[in-house]
Amino acid sequence: MSLARPNRSALPGQLTPPVVTGNVLDVESLTVDYLTQRGRVRAVEDVSFSVDRGEFLGIVGESGCGKSTLLFAIAQLLTPPAEITGGRVLFKGTNLVGLTDSALATTRWRDMSVVMQSAMNALNPVKTIGSQFKDAMRAHGVRSPAEIADRSAEVLRMVGIDPLHLRSYPHQLSGGMRQRSMIAMAMLFTPELVIMDEPTSALDVVAQRSLMVQIKELQRQLGFAIIFVTHDMSLVSHFSDRLMVMYAGQVAELGPTRRVFDSPLHPYSAGLLEAFPSIRGPRVPLTGIPGSPPDLAQEAEGCRFAPRCPQVLDRCRTTTVPLYQVGGIQVRCLRREDGGDSRD
Amino acid sequence: MTDRVLPDRAAANGAQPQPAASNGDAADQPPLLQTDRLTRHFRIGGGLRRQTLHAVDEVSLSIGRREIVALAGESGSGKSTVARLLARVYNPTAGEIYFQGKPLSRLRSRTDLLSYRSDVPMVFQDPFSSINPVFRVSHGILRSLKLHRPELSRAERQQQAERIFETVGLIPPADVLQRFPHELSGGQRQRVGFAQALAMRPKLILADEPVSMLDVSIRIGLLNLMASLRDEEGVSILYITHDIASARYVADRLIIMYAGQVAESGPVEDVLASPRHPYTQLLLSAVPDPRAELTIGGQTDRGEPPKVVDPSPGCRFRWRCPLAIEQCHQVTPELVQLAPDHDAACHVAASGAEVKAF
Amino acid sequence: MVALFSQVGGPSQAPTTSARSQAGQAVGRLWRAVRSNRKATVGAILLLIFTFMAVFPWLITHDNPEAEVFGQSLGPSAHHLFGTTSLGQDLFAQFVWGARETLIIAVVSGLLSTVLSVAIGLAAAYLGGVPDAVLSYVTDVLLVLPTFPLLIIIAAFLPNGGVVVLIGVLVVTGYSYGARQLRSQALSMRHRDFLEAARVRGERSLYIVFVEIIPTMTSLIVATFLGTAVYNVIFAAGLQFIGFGNPGSVSWGTMLYWAENEEALQTGQYLWAIVPGVCIALLGAAFALLNYAFDEIGNPALRPVRRPRRIRRVRTSVPGAS
Repeated sequence: MSLARPNRSALPGQLTPPVVTGNVLDVESLTVDYLTQRGRVRAVEDVSFSVDRGEFLGIVGESGCGKSTLLFAIAQLLTPPAEITGGRVLFKGTNLVGLTDSALATTRWRDMSVVMQSAMNALNPVKTIGSQFKDAMRAHGVRSPAEIADRSAEVLRMVGIDPLHLRSYPHQLSGGMRQRSMIAMAMLFTPELVIMDEPTSALDVVAQRSLMVQIKELQRQLGFAIIFVTHDMSLVSHFSDRLMVMYAGQVAELGPTRRVFDSPLHPYSAGLLEAFPSIRGPRVPLTGIPGSPPDLAQEAEGCRFAPRCPQVLDRCRTTTVPLYQVGGIQVRCLRREDGGDSRD
Repeated sequence: MTDRVLPDRAAANGAQPQPAASNGDAADQPPLLQTDRLTRHFRIGGGLRRQTLHAVDEVSLSIGRREIVALAGESGSGKSTVARLLARVYNPTAGEIYFQGKPLSRLRSRTDLLSYRSDVPMVFQDPFSSINPVFRVSHGILRSLKLHRPELSRAERQQQAERIFETVGLIPPADVLQRFPHELSGGQRQRVGFAQALAMRPKLILADEPVSMLDVSIRIGLLNLMASLRDEEGVSILYITHDIASARYVADRLIIMYAGQVAESGPVEDVLASPRHPYTQLLLSAVPDPRAELTIGGQTDRGEPPKVVDPSPGCRFRWRCPLAIEQCHQVTPELVQLAPDHDAACHVAASGAEVKAF
Repeated sequence: MVALFSQVGGPSQAPTTSARSQAGQAVGRLWRAVRSNRKATVGAILLLIFTFMAVFPWLITHDNPEAEVFGQSLGPSAHHLFGTTSLGQDLFAQFVWGARETLIIAVVSGLLSTVLSVAIGLAAAYLGGVPDAVLSYVTDVLLVLPTFPLLIIIAAFLPNGGVVVLIGVLVVTGYSYGARQLRSQALSMRHRDFLEAARVRGERSLYIVFVEIIPTMTSLIVATFLGTAVYNVIFAAGLQFIGFGNPGSVSWGTMLYWAENEEALQTGQYLWAIVPGVCIALLGAAFALLNYAFDEIGNPALRPVRRPRRIRRVRTSVPGAS
C-alpha cells in the first residue's frame, strides 16, 4: 500500500513528500538496458520487490541473469552504456533514480552501503585499512581524529579483527580478513540497508561459513536489512528470510526461503536446487539444467526459460509470462496461472 | 605404520605389501600412478630474507585404473601444485612419481616425455583462458592428435576429432570444431578441454577444478561426463576441487589435503560418513547443504589455512584443532591406516581415541 | 544421456579448415572493421591515395620531376599545377614522384623496426633471466639516446649513406619503444592457461612463441608498426631536411631541403614549402588514424558509445494497488 505522487525525475527528492510504505526499500518495475552498438540489451526487466526493516533478502541466479546489474542499479552505480530505462527505486520512500550525485551523497554509506565482490578489487592496495576508513568517514563529515580512530577500531572489533590491523595494507591480510574489513567499512555509519554482491565467492568453504555467521550476527545486533546477491543457492539458504530467483533479467520466483526450497514452483528454481549434490543422504544421479541462458540482445517471444525447461508447454514459447501470485510466492510460470499447479 | 608401500620398500621392512585397492586393479599390479613422499618447495622473498614455501610436503598417494580420485582441500592446501607436479610443469624438490611402476625421473628422451604427456594430460580450471582465443576450437585437438598420434593422416585426424567431440557431447561435432572459443559457452569450452585430453588416448586425466568456474546448473553435466569417461572410456581421473559435494557425487576415493600434506584418504563414502581427521570434520561441517536442517550454532572456526613457510615440526592443524595434544606440537603425524583402506594423519585418531572435533 | 550433451545452436556452416579460406575470412573481417570505423576509413583512404601515387606515378603526371627544363619559379598554372622550383622543375611531378621514396622509407623502416621489436621483445620475455636483463638493458639505452645528435655523428662518418643508412638508423633507434611494449605484453601472457596447456600438450618452446603467442598479439604488433611508421615519416623528413640521405633524390623531405636552400618562403614560392610539409603531415596522420582504429577494433571498451537518437525518459507512473 502506498500514497504516491508523480515524481519529477530531474529534481532531487526535496519537493515531493516521500512515499510511506514502512519498507526500507521498494523497487518498482525496474528496467535496465545496455545501449551497445549491436542495439539495446535488456539486462533487467520489470523487477519489483521490497525489503522490510531488518530483513535478509537473497537474490540468486547464474551468470547473465542480471543480478549484479540489478544491484548496481539499486545503488545508483551504473555507468554508461548501462542505463535505468524504467521503474523506481524507493529508499525509505524517496526515489533514487535520477538523483544527482550530491543528492545521493547523503544517503550513500550513511543509510545504504555496498559490499563488493572482491575485496582485492575494491580496497585500495596502496593505502592502509585505517586510512581507507578515515577517507570514508571524512567524506561524510566526521573530522575529529579521535572519533575516527574510535569508530574504526569499533567496527573492526565487530567483525572479529584485531584493531591493530588498521595499520595493515590489504595484501597483508588473508582473504577472509579482507572481506571482513570490507564489511566493517560498510558498517561505519550503521546503515539501514547493506547490499552485498557475492562477498563470499572468493573465499574457501570454512571462511565462507564463518563470514556468513558473522554477517547474520551483525544483523541481529544492529538490525539492518541485507540484500545478498549470490550464485550459490545453498549458501544463502540457511541465512535469508526471503529468496528471489532471477533468470535472464526477470524475476522467476520470489518468496520465503524455506518455502522456495521445500517446494520450488518455478521449473528453473527446481532445476537449480537439483543441481546441488548433497554430501548427506543417498547418492543420486542428477541432471542439472542442460543448455545455456538466452542471448539478451535478441528479443524473445514467450518464456525465456522455455528452451531449457523440462516441463515446457507449447504456449510457453509464444505467450509473454506475467508474475503470478501463489500463496505468498510470486512465480513467473504459465503452469501456475490459476494460482495452483496447472497440470496440462 | 602402513601406508601405500612400494614393493621394494615392503621387502626392506619385511611387511606385507598392501594391495592397491581400487576397481579393475589386480592385486599384484602396481597402481596406475603412485607418488612416494612427493615434495615441492618454492623459494620466496629475495636477498637476505630468503624463505621456503612448503607447497607440498611428503605426499604419498595412489590412483588406480578406472577410478576417479578426488583431491580436495582449500586454497593453499597444495592440491593444484600436486597436479602440476604430476603434469611435469614443476619438478619435485624431493620424492618420486611412479607411473605404471616406472619412476618419472628416468624419463629423459623427448619420445618418453611425449609418451607420458599423452598418457597423463591436464584439463584446466578457467574455460575463458585455457583455449587460445585466436584459433578455432579445432586447433588444440588437431595439434594433440598430430603430436601424439603421428600415424594418422590429415583426414583421419579430422575424423578422430569429430568422434571425440561427439563423445564429450559437443554436437554436431563438425560444426563445433570450426567455431571460435568466444562463440561457445563456458560449459562447452570445458568439454573442449576434455576433448583435447581424450584425443591423446590417456590413462589418467588431471582435472584441475574443471567445474568451479562454471554455472551451477552446468556443473552436473560436466561431472556426469567425467563419470561416463571412467565407465565407458576406461580413463582414470584425478579430480581436484574445493567442493566436497561435487567430489562425493563423482569420485570413488577422496583425499583431503591440508597445508601441503595429506590429512585423510579413503573411499569417499567412508570418509564422509566417518571422518577421522579433525580437519575433515571441520570441512564437512562448513559445507552448506540446502536440504539439511537449519543449524547455525556449533563451533565456528574462524581460522584460515596457513601459508606454510619454514614450518616447525608438528601437525599443521594444531592451532585450529580443539583436540590438540602435546604430541601434536612436537611430531608431524604420518598417514596411518585406521580402517580398511581409510588413512588419516592425526595423532589423536591414531591413538585409537574417538575424534569428535566439529 | 541427454544431460551429457551440449547442443550448439545456430546455423551450421560447412567446416572450412583450409588456411587460405581462413586468411580470406580474416581479410573480410578487417575490411568490415575499417569501413565501420570513421577514423579508419579516412586514414585508409589517405593511405590508398598516397600508395597509388607511389606505385603508379606516371598515371598522374607526365613530367619528369628531376628535369630542370621548365621556366624557373613559375606560379601555379594549367601546365604546372603547383608551379615550378627555382631550378625549373615541375613541383607537381616532384610531389607525385616524391611519394614513392617517402612511402618506402616509412614502410620499410616501420616493418624492419617492428620485426626487431617482436624478436627482441619476445625473446626477452620468454628467455627471462640473464638474456632478458641484457636485452632490456640495451633496449633501454637505445630508447633514451637522442636520435638527432646520434644521426649527425653517423652522418659525419658516412657522408654518402643515402636511403639505406637512413633506414638503418631509424630502425636501430626506433625499435626500442615497441620492444618494451611487446615484452610487457608477452610477460603478462606467460601464465595464461592456454600457454600452459600447450606446454603440457608437449609443444616445443619455439612453436609456442610463434604459433601460440604471436597471433594473440597481432593487434599490438600492427599498432607498433603503425606507430613506428608515423614517427619514421616525420623523422625521415626531418633528417632529409637537414641534408641527411641523398639530397639529389626526389622525396618530400628533399623537397623541403631544397625549398629551404633556395629560400622558397622568402621569395614567395609558398607552394614549394607548403606542399611537401602538408603531405608529410597527412601521411603521418593516415598512419595515426589507422592506429586509432586498430586500438578500437582490438579493444571494444575504447569504441565510442553511440547513443540512439531517442532516449526514453525514465517512467514515473503512479503506482497502482498492491
